[in-house]
Amino acid sequence: MAIKLRERKTGWRSILEGATWGVLLIFAMISVFTLVMVFIYLLTNSVPFFMKYSLSSFLTGTVWRPTQDVFGVLPLFVGTLMVSFVAAIIAVPIGLGCTIYLSEIAHPEVKKFLKPIIEILAGVPSVVFGLFAALVLSTWLAGIFNPVSRLNALNGAIIVAIMIVPILISIAEDALNTVPSSLKEASLALGANRWETIRRTILPAALPGIVAAIVLSIGRAVGETMAVIMATGSASQFTLNILASVTPMTAAIAMDIQETATGSDMYHALFAVGLLLFVITFSINLIADYIMARFREVYK
Amino acid sequence: MKRKTKEAFFFLLFRFSAMLVVASLTIIIGFVVINGVGKLSIDFLTQNPMPNNHGALVAGGILSPIIGTMMLMGLVLLISIPIGVLSSIFLVEFLGSSRIARIWWIVVDNLAGVPSIVWGLLGLALFVYYLHFGLSLIAAGITLSLLVLPLIMVATKQAIEAVPSSIREASISMGATRLQTIRHHVLPYSASGIMTGIILSMSRAAGETAPLLIVGVAVNASIPASLTDQFQAIPAYIYFTWQSSDFVQGYKMAYAAALVLIALIIGMNLTAILLRNHYRNKYRW
Repeated sequence: MAIKLRERKTGWRSILEGATWGVLLIFAMISVFTLVMVFIYLLTNSVPFFMKYSLSSFLTGTVWRPTQDVFGVLPLFVGTLMVSFVAAIIAVPIGLGCTIYLSEIAHPEVKKFLKPIIEILAGVPSVVFGLFAALVLSTWLAGIFNPVSRLNALNGAIIVAIMIVPILISIAEDALNTVPSSLKEASLALGANRWETIRRTILPAALPGIVAAIVLSIGRAVGETMAVIMATGSASQFTLNILASVTPMTAAIAMDIQETATGSDMYHALFAVGLLLFVITFSINLIADYIMARFREVYK
Repeated sequence: MKRKTKEAFFFLLFRFSAMLVVASLTIIIGFVVINGVGKLSIDFLTQNPMPNNHGALVAGGILSPIIGTMMLMGLVLLISIPIGVLSSIFLVEFLGSSRIARIWWIVVDNLAGVPSIVWGLLGLALFVYYLHFGLSLIAAGITLSLLVLPLIMVATKQAIEAVPSSIREASISMGATRLQTIRHHVLPYSASGIMTGIILSMSRAAGETAPLLIVGVAVNASIPASLTDQFQAIPAYIYFTWQSSDFVQGYKMAYAAALVLIALIIGMNLTAILLRNHYRNKYRW
């Protein structure tokens, strides 16, 4: 009797367990399915474009004038490159300095106050950064540099730098915290002072994590849209002048797609730009994933 | 002596960069508050945007953008939270640290890195055109839900993994099934962490702008009556008023709306941070 009861209970339970497993599997599949879908939709919507225009003319063309069916992505690509590269040059030293201060120097009380501030900075919406860059920062820069146009690539780069600093800090701080304290203590015990310990022991040990943090924040800079639309102006010219107006890839997609008819060449061209953007950010993330995975193995 | 000076010099640099970060936040929020607070009033929050004499939509208030943002957050809550939380439970509790789970999390990490404008393109091609939702609230809601899905998944993963395995083992050894262990032990202990992740993703959805511009926000939309209507949202309203032809009035409205948006988002983020700190102190394993 008892055995029978147990059997029945086990049967019912195992069905329930199995059913839950199945339902949860379906939910979990959605995430993978979504990524595949993003890729497929970008690809299928850019195929008509590449049937009509050659890939090389798209990648090497220096004129982006979609309303006249001239689709050279280079001005947009250089715009993206310039904004994210300069943003990284500004954000990396400041972000790393702040990270080292947070994790190695700051008093716990200061840290308790500083960390929420950085998290809040990370939460401020990009449109607010864009508004600030377009109305305030651009005026300041105009006073200092005498730029070609009031809204320019440098303006965008500075605001994007402010936006990626908190991302850089949070990932880099994790990396610094992963370094075993025994390493640090050994270095201090051997007579190194705190800066020498940071420089010779902690930073080299955390280097892969720091590199991953930098790579990931550059990825974020490449994908940033609203702030660059508002800060960099909208001239899609092919220029390397940081003080001239540019249109990064994200900005071109967001601004042009609202004015285009479905199925037109321009519509498909913008998906091709999106595909290029996706490939760039995806590769950046994979590189960061790879570095991080190697890093974690070292300190297991 | 030289070693000491060197140390002092670099520490000063680090302190200075931390100060720069704090200063940038203070300056940006300061400008928004100073320029926006004058426009704030009950009318501003309870009136729909209205055109001025020249037809620019810079008069009235921001009622319809506020409602639109709330509706979007509601949709994201309904769609992405069940999916995100359940799939993380599955990945952590059922697949554990297997090879397939590791690959799965790499996919999720990469989803988190997809630029928001690319989500907008997906929303446009898939929901607006292919599934014929049109430019609508529902298309935007689903697009934003997919956008925040990886955030919720990662937050839930961290919360569940923080529950020590001794608790799971104790529960299983008392005869509980895996499902009972999850329901009665893992979920209650990780609820606060999951909650934090949910609030943070809601605030992300509230501030996201670029995909909305593509999938259905409209300058002159009023409060949507159904899911297939176009809508307004606070961040899009900021962008539109900034672009407005009447820029004197437009900038004022943009600043005031930015102030409302920042207050909403910082409020949510602070709640999440406080919640997390509270429970971090409560459960010490």
